[in-house]
Amino acid sequence: MTLYSVIFYVLAAIILASTVLAIIQRLLVNAVVYLILSFFATGLLFYLLGAPFLAVLEVIIYAGAIMVLFLFIVMTLPIEQPERRIMETIGQWLPVVILSGISFFIAGILIFETAGSRINLNTGMATPAAFGQFIFKGYWFPVEIASFLLLIGLVGALYLGRRESEKRSEDRQ
Amino acid sequence: MIVPYGNVLLLAIILFLLGAVCSIVRRNLLMILIGVEIMLNAAGLAFVGASLKWRLLDGQAFVLFIFAVAASEVAIGLALIVYSQRRTGSVNADHYSRMKG
Repeated sequence: MTLYSVIFYVLAAIILASTVLAIIQRLLVNAVVYLILSFFATGLLFYLLGAPFLAVLEVIIYAGAIMVLFLFIVMTLPIEQPERRIMETIGQWLPVVILSGISFFIAGILIFETAGSRINLNTGMATPAAFGQFIFKGYWFPVEIASFLLLIGLVGALYLGRRESEKRSEDRQ
Repeated sequence: MIVPYGNVLLLAIILFLLGAVCSIVRRNLLMILIGVEIMLNAAGLAFVGASLKWRLLDGQAFVLFIFAVAASEVAIGLALIVYSQRRTGSVNADHYSRMKG
């Protein structure tokens, strides 16, 4: 048990606890704030696993941009009747929990039956410079596709977000 | 030495299943989208662990593309949610029953 494994288990506990708390929240704002904590801890885990650039991206994109976007939408939409209590929807919870428990056990058996999973991970670090050179040497075409995907996302969000009155006046022209 | 590789995979699987449970059980459209985000994050975690195990950077490159997909997915998804909220006046999936499904 080294210091790094202690850090790993603490971070894993934080991630799992905050994700479970986020799932069972009835108020959306609380759920989003718990998820920000979960993604922040995941960023720290990425740093521990030797990906400092991805750790920064996780905090900026996931915890920063995506979750703040969620927060804005949650605050913009009108407040509705909260969902039914968890215990009232037990017929919906039970099958899902049983099935995911079964798949979790199968996955755990598969993982620990293979010898490769018992190999200990050693600490390593991919510097952002090396990572950037690797990306733009070997994966320049997927980067272009990803940028195109982001552009399409931008255009689609703009199109869907227009108000009905604007749409009608544009159709008339 | 950090931990055995299997523990990282196990954490990723638990996170993925939590995301799946969230998007199946919750009836709010925003919570369904949040479940998809949790699942994408779990996939990224598995990729980073594999990248460290084999000492290859390809896993980390895939995580970069997962980030791009997650960002555009959330932009389109939230725009769709706002659009359908304007049309039907609700973000609860139970209230979408115009087709009597």
